[in-house]
Amino acid sequence: MNMQSKTWIEVGTLNDIPRQGARCVKNGEMTIAIFRTTDDRLFALEDKCPHKNGPLSDGIVHDGCVTCPLHNWVISLETGAAQGADEGMSLTFPVKLDGETVLLGL
Amino acid sequence: MTAQKQKLVIVGNGMAPGRMLEHLFEVSDHYEVTIFNAEPRVNYDRIMLSPVLSGEKTYADIIIHGEGWYAEHGITLHQGDKITEIRRHERKVISESGIVAEYDKLVIATGSNPFIIPVPGSDLPGVLAYRDLDDTDGMIAAAEKGGRAVVIGGGLLGLEAAAGLKLRGMEVTVIHLMPTLMERQLDTAAGYLLQKELESRGIEVLCEANTKQIIGSKKVEGVELADGRVIDASLVVMAVGIRPNVTLAQEAGLEVNRGIVTDATMKTSDPNIYSVGECVEVGGMVYGLVAPLYRMAKVAAEHLAGPSDAAFAHAETPTKLKVTGCDLYSVGDFAEGEGREDIVLRDAQRGTYKRVILKDNKLIGAVLYGDVADGAWYNQMLVSGDDVSEMRETLIFGQAYQGGGSVDPLAAVAALPDDAEICGCNGITKGMIVKAITDKGLTSLADVRAHSKASASCGTCTNLVEGIMGITLGDDFVIPAAQGMCGCTSHSHGFVRRMIKAKGLKSIPAVMQELEWTTAEGCAKCRPALNYYLVADWPGEYKDDQQSRFINERVHANIQKDGTYSVVPRMFGGMTTPDELRAIADVADKYDIPTVKVTGGQRIDLLGVKKEDLIPVWADLNAAGMVSGAAYAKGLRTVKTCVGTDWCRFGTQDSTGLGIKLEKALWGSWSPAKLKLAVTGCPRNCAEATCKDIGIICVDSGYEIVYGGAAGLHIQGTTVLGKVATEEEVMETVCALTQYYRETGFYLERIYKWADRLGYDHIKEVIYDNLDERKAFAERFRYSQEFAQVDPWAERVAGAEAHEFKPLATLNLEAAE
Repeated sequence: MNMQSKTWIEVGTLNDIPRQGARCVKNGEMTIAIFRTTDDRLFALEDKCPHKNGPLSDGIVHDGCVTCPLHNWVISLETGAAQGADEGMSLTFPVKLDGETVLLGL
Repeated sequence: MTAQKQKLVIVGNGMAPGRMLEHLFEVSDHYEVTIFNAEPRVNYDRIMLSPVLSGEKTYADIIIHGEGWYAEHGITLHQGDKITEIRRHERKVISESGIVAEYDKLVIATGSNPFIIPVPGSDLPGVLAYRDLDDTDGMIAAAEKGGRAVVIGGGLLGLEAAAGLKLRGMEVTVIHLMPTLMERQLDTAAGYLLQKELESRGIEVLCEANTKQIIGSKKVEGVELADGRVIDASLVVMAVGIRPNVTLAQEAGLEVNRGIVTDATMKTSDPNIYSVGECVEVGGMVYGLVAPLYRMAKVAAEHLAGPSDAAFAHAETPTKLKVTGCDLYSVGDFAEGEGREDIVLRDAQRGTYKRVILKDNKLIGAVLYGDVADGAWYNQMLVSGDDVSEMRETLIFGQAYQGGGSVDPLAAVAALPDDAEICGCNGITKGMIVKAITDKGLTSLADVRAHSKASASCGTCTNLVEGIMGITLGDDFVIPAAQGMCGCTSHSHGFVRRMIKAKGLKSIPAVMQELEWTTAEGCAKCRPALNYYLVADWPGEYKDDQQSRFINERVHANIQKDGTYSVVPRMFGGMTTPDELRAIADVADKYDIPTVKVTGGQRIDLLGVKKEDLIPVWADLNAAGMVSGAAYAKGLRTVKTCVGTDWCRFGTQDSTGLGIKLEKALWGSWSPAKLKLAVTGCPRNCAEATCKDIGIICVDSGYEIVYGGAAGLHIQGTTVLGKVATEEEVMETVCALTQYYRETGFYLERIYKWADRLGYDHIKEVIYDNLDERKAFAERFRYSQEFAQVDPWAERVAGAEAHEFKPLATLNLEAAE
């Protein structure tokens, strides 16, 4: 994560993303999933589970985590870290709201 | 003892004297009892007025003593007649209607009056207190007209009134003088959580709001606050407190302070007069909760019966709010103070709050919000006054964390060698599990699953794994009685399903709140299960929660290991046409679909479809007349058939035609787990009906219906449900069986496991032997299908859930630098 040199890029509006759901942003070869929680917080992770690259954007979102649809690894939305006994990290990206506009930091 | 009975007169017919008489009749028959009751009713349970207001109970439900009880005990009951005077020197009371009654002993139980704040307009029609059944009826009548109710007072009664009126359909505003709700029973943190909960139900809460006047000319029109705000209202409920009703006692010259003063035997300043209930002041305290009033009743009864050393002593009474879904519990003293220690456990996400207050290593108070399961346990400690220093570290987590009894190790598991394979799915041996437990200090099944993966897949070895934990950990591990659905709840699937129906829970948050989920939003295990239960139990009412479905059911295709999808169009009864095949071939070409495979369920699977191509693929298949095969669904998958009498020289019935009919009737239905059928035209069983979830075996004289087969992780042949003569009976029986499974199965429980659990004989009795039941189940299935038979592909092609299928944005790399 290159926090210092990040640029905020407009990727859509809050309402484009379902609550307890995610939408993807394609950035060249990489896909970034932007998650929206029940209380409208946003998180961005690379759309790749550290286990076997499952698409996290397709998982079930609950309590600040997403469960990967392939093998049920639970990934923290905030840190990208696998929860419980599993070990691994997904890349995280800064994301913020400006009014209704979703800005992704790259 | 004299032959002549003594005369006992009771003024008031509330809960306290009612309880007193129950005790008295148990130990004595010395008395001839006369009761004067100002209310024209028998004794009813005032605590239950809130459920009457909210519509959960009726008056008849809350009667404690019916007319019969008074007759049985020879009680003279004057209803609707109040005592106006006590002539103590003559030992007589005089009623409003002029009845004069002599007494040897008198019990004053005049209760309390609601306090009406003396502001202008408080006497207008439409201003009610909340004290008795008349008030409750008045509120119910007002609620029928709709509009806004203002409840003045954010204490126990006021909030129960507010919640009840809201349930009756009114707009509700609560006005409370203090900064937080129920400040006498709750601390500010719990008060805040309560306010948030009520607000989320649409009840407006105004704290630090002082009522200036009630506005209205002929009836209530609104409430004006001291700060000038005006709230329109068609009903005002005053619930600001109660005052002991002491007028009668005062006029009779008894000692009266805040209440009628009694000693610890409940005797007033006149030795022939006792008093019980909310009108009493004993030990300098007056009481409004039922537990101390009942203790007064018992003490008074014992002294009336004869010499006794029973004495009333003050004890802390726990408070609970009778608003369904608002769980709070408080007991004892919880003010901050010198020498007091607080232990607090907050979980903002869950909205729970627990606080226990200790002094000198003893528990002196507890406030619980959201998670009140341990309330009684804390109260027990408070009453016993035991030293809690030994469990101080874990006290706040509750009773479940205090260890338990010893486990009887399972001898058979103990005897297994270390290299015995326990979990076949993951190839885990006993030795590996023991090593994981000891090396990592694991103590829960969930941890053992996470680390060793034993029993983490199909779960059939769970009992063995628990046995191994029991042996390895000894007394530190108690094998749980019933398995919770997941880490979010200790309730089992069966319990949750029963409660959804019993409590009429119709949303996932409602289930989680009412059944005290320990997480805010559940997890990937319980959410899909709850979503299924609600879909199955409330057809047409519950809105399917897409975010609680696994991705396969959300995008109507099966996710593959590389994140692409497989698409399977439905082929009813395994029949297809050249046109359908041509359309499938065209789709495969057009979208570069790498793999085309014939499935075991007699249809064609297109594998490797990119997510963004799903919608155009479906549109093309829809255009050729095909719908989703639901190959991804916990629902009806396929009905496999053989060619039957159409072609086969052995065929006995039109198995293909029946298979198509069945699939047309059943498609779209959701079930606990996938449901696969087969219809075979003769007992040679070419369609393999005898290992399906439900199978039909055609014979010359009709159709044999079998079910409960399995050919996956577990292999088992079907069991016969029964034989029927016509296709119509087949349809009805299969629909009924499916519906019974839908209504009682646990999520992900295949029909054979369900049948093992319920018993094949039992299922046969319900679905096959009992024609009325069979019809009723089939009808419920038919009704549910009205809402379920919608092709999800067509819906998505038409634009539903479009966000699932395309990226939010595609960035160009330069812009990102």
